[in-house]
Amino acid sequence: MLILECPYCGVKAEETELHAGGEAHLKRFGPGSSDDEFHDYLFMRENPKGVHFERWRHVNGCGKWFHAARCTTTLEVFGTYTAQTSAPPQEIRDAITAKRPGWSWREFE
Amino acid sequence: MSDPLSALAGARYAGLATIEEAGLQGMITLRGDLSSKTLQKAVKAATGAAVPQTRRIAVSDTGAVAWMSPDELLLLVPYAEVVDKTAALTDALSGDHALAVNISDARAVFTLSGAGAREVLGKICPVDFDVSAFKPGDFRRTRMAQVAAAFWLDEAETFHIVCFRSVAQYVFNLLMASAHPQSKVGVY
Repeated sequence: MLILECPYCGVKAEETELHAGGEAHLKRFGPGSSDDEFHDYLFMRENPKGVHFERWRHVNGCGKWFHAARCTTTLEVFGTYTAQTSAPPQEIRDAITAKRPGWSWREFE
Repeated sequence: MSDPLSALAGARYAGLATIEEAGLQGMITLRGDLSSKTLQKAVKAATGAAVPQTRRIAVSDTGAVAWMSPDELLLLVPYAEVVDKTAALTDALSGDHALAVNISDARAVFTLSGAGAREVLGKICPVDFDVSAFKPGDFRRTRMAQVAAAFWLDEAETFHIVCFRSVAQYVFNLLMASAHPQSKVGVY
């Protein structure tokens, strides 16, 4: 059972109170982009063994979207943070580095 | 005019705890910037209570204000006054980016009282109901088995449960099953 703390209402919510929103920090390529860029934006997703960033929604609660950083192999949660950002904040990166030195995920490390 | 009716016309069940459909309750959903002075004043004028802290409910003699999300409040007022109060709120907040909607007839309200109240809810919600974790004045939106619900605890250890009117019968049946006299677990 995955337990994530909603950064907006502070509830330590278990998985059934949340809704998974897929991969975090996607960069949108819309009109004007090349076919390859659009293809990658639409279909290419990370499937890491280890550090992963996801979007979640506290659907049976305050209803807000947020981001979570967690490990896909151990289900360890490194932290949750606001949805109003396009990159993981420094304290989340530091928390991951402390536990998984040398991690990288897309362009972040 | 036809008479307004509540969802289950005061249905009642006594088991591990007593479940009662609470009847008509005026409810206003208010969305806006909760730190705005105008909004805080309008809320105080409508309910007599101040904007509560995160996941808390503020109760006064004439109403109550519950924290629903970082930009949403649930205002509880007497049913007979809800139309006027919604209009007054809309008026007071005309200059703000805010919205007040009367949702009284879209919801059902239950009360759950008695020694087994914490246990009855604990069976159907993913929430810690320990006395040290869930205190009077706490407000929580969560899941009640398969449907969304919200509740708070008052000073008399009575839970007040709000759910959508369309699932009122489901919630009542669920609470009855959870409060079955032979289903005591004894955790809380």
